[in-house]
Amino acid sequence: MAATPTTVVQLVQLGYEVVVETGAGAGSSFPDDAYGAAGATVGTTADAWEADVVLRVNAPAPGEIGRLRDGATLISLLAPALNPDLVEALARRPITALAVDAVPRISRAQSMDVLSSMANIAGYRAVIEAAHTFGRFFTGQVTAAGKVPPAKVLVAGAGVAGLAAIGAASSLGAIVRATDVRPEVAEQVRSLGGEYVAVPAGEAEVSSDGYAREMGEDFNRRAAQMYAEQVPDVDIVITTALIPGRPAPRLITEDMVASMRSGSVIVDMAAAQGGNVAGSVPDEIVVTPNGVSIIGYTDLPGRLPAQASQLYGTNLVNLLKLLTPEKDGRLVLDLDDVVQRSITVVHRGEKTWPPPPVQVSAAPAPAAPATPAVAPPPQKPPAPGRRLALVGVAAAVLFLVTALSPSALVAHFTVFALSIVVGFYVIGAVHHALHTPLMSVTNAISGIIVVGALLQISNEDGVVRGLAFVAVLLASINVFGGFAVTRRMLGMFARGPAPAAARPAVGAGQGRRS
Amino acid sequence: MSVASAAVAAYIVAGLLFILSLAGLSRHESAKVGNSFGIAGMFLALAATVALVVDRGLPGGSAVLIAVAVAAGAAIGLWRARSVPMTGMPELIAMLHSFVGLAAVLVGWNGYLSVEGVARSDGGPVLGGAERGIHSAEVVIGVFIGAVTFTGSIVAFLKLSARIKSNPLMLPGRNWLNLGALVVFAVLTVVFVIEPSVGVLAVVTVLALALGWHLVASIGGGDMPVVVSMLNSYSGWAAAASGFLLGNDLLIITGALVGSSGAYLSYIMCRAMNRSFLSVIAGGFGNEGSAAVDRDYGEHTEITAESAAELLANASSVVITPGYGMAVAQAQSAVAELTRHLRDKGVDVRFGIHPVAGRLPGHMNVLLAEAKVPYDIVLEMDEINDDLADTDVVLVIGANDTVNPAATEDPSSPIAGMPVLRVWEAREVIVFKRSMNTGYAGVQNPLFFRDNSRMLFGDARERVEDILRAL
Repeated sequence: MAATPTTVVQLVQLGYEVVVETGAGAGSSFPDDAYGAAGATVGTTADAWEADVVLRVNAPAPGEIGRLRDGATLISLLAPALNPDLVEALARRPITALAVDAVPRISRAQSMDVLSSMANIAGYRAVIEAAHTFGRFFTGQVTAAGKVPPAKVLVAGAGVAGLAAIGAASSLGAIVRATDVRPEVAEQVRSLGGEYVAVPAGEAEVSSDGYAREMGEDFNRRAAQMYAEQVPDVDIVITTALIPGRPAPRLITEDMVASMRSGSVIVDMAAAQGGNVAGSVPDEIVVTPNGVSIIGYTDLPGRLPAQASQLYGTNLVNLLKLLTPEKDGRLVLDLDDVVQRSITVVHRGEKTWPPPPVQVSAAPAPAAPATPAVAPPPQKPPAPGRRLALVGVAAAVLFLVTALSPSALVAHFTVFALSIVVGFYVIGAVHHALHTPLMSVTNAISGIIVVGALLQISNEDGVVRGLAFVAVLLASINVFGGFAVTRRMLGMFARGPAPAAARPAVGAGQGRRS
Repeated sequence: MSVASAAVAAYIVAGLLFILSLAGLSRHESAKVGNSFGIAGMFLALAATVALVVDRGLPGGSAVLIAVAVAAGAAIGLWRARSVPMTGMPELIAMLHSFVGLAAVLVGWNGYLSVEGVARSDGGPVLGGAERGIHSAEVVIGVFIGAVTFTGSIVAFLKLSARIKSNPLMLPGRNWLNLGALVVFAVLTVVFVIEPSVGVLAVVTVLALALGWHLVASIGGGDMPVVVSMLNSYSGWAAAASGFLLGNDLLIITGALVGSSGAYLSYIMCRAMNRSFLSVIAGGFGNEGSAAVDRDYGEHTEITAESAAELLANASSVVITPGYGMAVAQAQSAVAELTRHLRDKGVDVRFGIHPVAGRLPGHMNVLLAEAKVPYDIVLEMDEINDDLADTDVVLVIGANDTVNPAATEDPSSPIAGMPVLRVWEAREVIVFKRSMNTGYAGVQNPLFFRDNSRMLFGDARERVEDILRAL
């Protein structure tokens, strides 16, 4: 369902008149009355097709394309890369078609990223399906009737779906391990309570567009070895590995399935794209001769209809917010905008697919932001040549000064130079939040000059003693005041209580930067 | 083992304890232990020095002098440390720097009076030839650095405590004045090494005092984090110079540690403003004439405290980016209260701190810690910047230039290239501000005119309290 009563209110606020097809929300438990109360008109299917902007979930059937009125805009899941025929059919009509599943993976577009929303739901549901089929608890327990070990779950692929699965499985109490070809996701896996299992050493793969790619042969061999070690040890395997526009990679072979204990469960979330698991069948549960169930459901998001509708509807509202800059109910398409260009499959009857590629830095890529107008780059470090020259000059000066000094001074120079180096390394590690305490501590210890003044106070000369007295007094203020105030400050820094329900277990936003 | 050799050993141990002390500060968990290491090192150094002085034989009354000086210093220091409010930290630190500077000047003068000065009255030099020359050079350099630190810190103190205006002082040809002072200093050093005299040393002292004064007077309030850490560095070099003068390795080690620490902090601050150290030292922002001010930025939208409260109540993630304005308005407790309130409701509240926010490196962290904000939700700019796009509401409290989108988007802006908190990527931004005046850099902030920005005018503390009431 492409709109919920909540999102209808927001659409009305954007200046649109909303017509909802009768019974559209029934599957997601939203009655027609609720839409009416939210400000929509409930009309027939024909009324809905008459609209200027048509929001749908699935791509229209070939016969339905003709029902769109001229100049209308269709917004739905289109999978343009996989359905070239559909794109051609749409381009034969004087309409505009926007594919919400083609939103680029950049920060700004996150709120409209339908694939992320759906993957999030699917990952969660995959765990629920696995738990349903699995004959035991997920969580470990010690009961009067004996000890129950916790279930072990292996999640292959830590994209949005994988992360959602990790979060759901670990909140059910299972021991969760996860693997991914991109080492940079390890932190996200851990943040959700999973343990990251790396593919044994090899060249690191850093993705530049936020999606995984096909890997080299050597890498695949090492990955297979890792799976062969992990799979027999776990009770549940959830595979989420997809590569855009290609068949899903085969991660789990027949041998691996055969190595699992009876009663184990595998959920193959890539079953529709050919499957990550040998022997998985789309939309079916297959039980292997050794008692392993392989779940190949392809409609996992649809199994949580109300949730899917809510997230999808919100994604669409966010998209329409972008497309309705004036909030006046007029849809304006700006093809210079990267997001809008990427999703436009057909523009006024002209085919505009595929769009130019968008480079985003989901990975720790060094790429500068895409804004063309960033002229003065941040203070750049001196060029290696200049740097070398500087170091050379400094070394030469130090050499001359030291060489020309009497030996007594040389010892002091040695101490001085080494202390500076030590100082730089030690200070470089200081936490940013502790810079003020650092200053007050260095202040206190620079009061060490009191030592110099003390040594002079025993002088016979009265003037010298007087000056030394003042110096001791001042330096003592520093020593005592500096340490005391540091102590006071450090006493204030306190770690917070464990963040209780501070963040939801898995949000689309959380797993999003994968 | 003589007392002298024991003292040398104690000095080395003390030096290592100081290094451990600074190393301890690298993490919150070990920071308190680090401070204790520092205290232990200082105690050891003082005990060894006193033993050494006693061993050399004290003339009558000196013991009393030492006791009185240390006791009085301790009393004053502890009293200041207890009573200073956290918003007053920058002033306190600047003042403490000035003490080190003055002490270094006094030690330098004493060095002259007890060596070169004595030589004259006795008819024969205490030190001969090259050694005396080196000693003289050390005296001059020590006095010079100490005096610059002294007056520089005094001016910084006065500016930070608002006793004098924090506007940069703009003397004509101020860079030439500074450079000229350095040249004169170099010449006088040579003169002094050849023929030490009270007059030359006095001229050097006055020159250095004037240079220190002018150097800091010509730097504006917003560059204070750099100035304070620069003075921290100078106070270290001053101590190290005294160490050379007295041939004391402990002073050299400690001075070098402090000096490099200050230099490193200055470097961090300068990088955070995308400016070179020299350009900060050479004076205020936007001196080239504030260009492109008369641009039409559009309309800003105001918001009431009640609607702000509603926004916050419905948010699931909130980031607060404080600036110096929060310290001025003393709003940190109210902000902390708001944070507690929202966190109790399950809202994910975090803080984003720009490295140059406030008037002291780490100033905001200390203020928030005082108000009992847990340190693990207080993040650095680099840690939070990528999360801002996923954030529902950002509260900008008393910050301006550090959240200015012009820094990344407008190459003609005076602050172009400066790393900033990208608060505008969040869904909603609420800016607490007194009026529509520009920030320290004198640059208009396009953030205020963005569609997702709301202005909440008035005193930051009162407005935050209004929000709390509405919640």
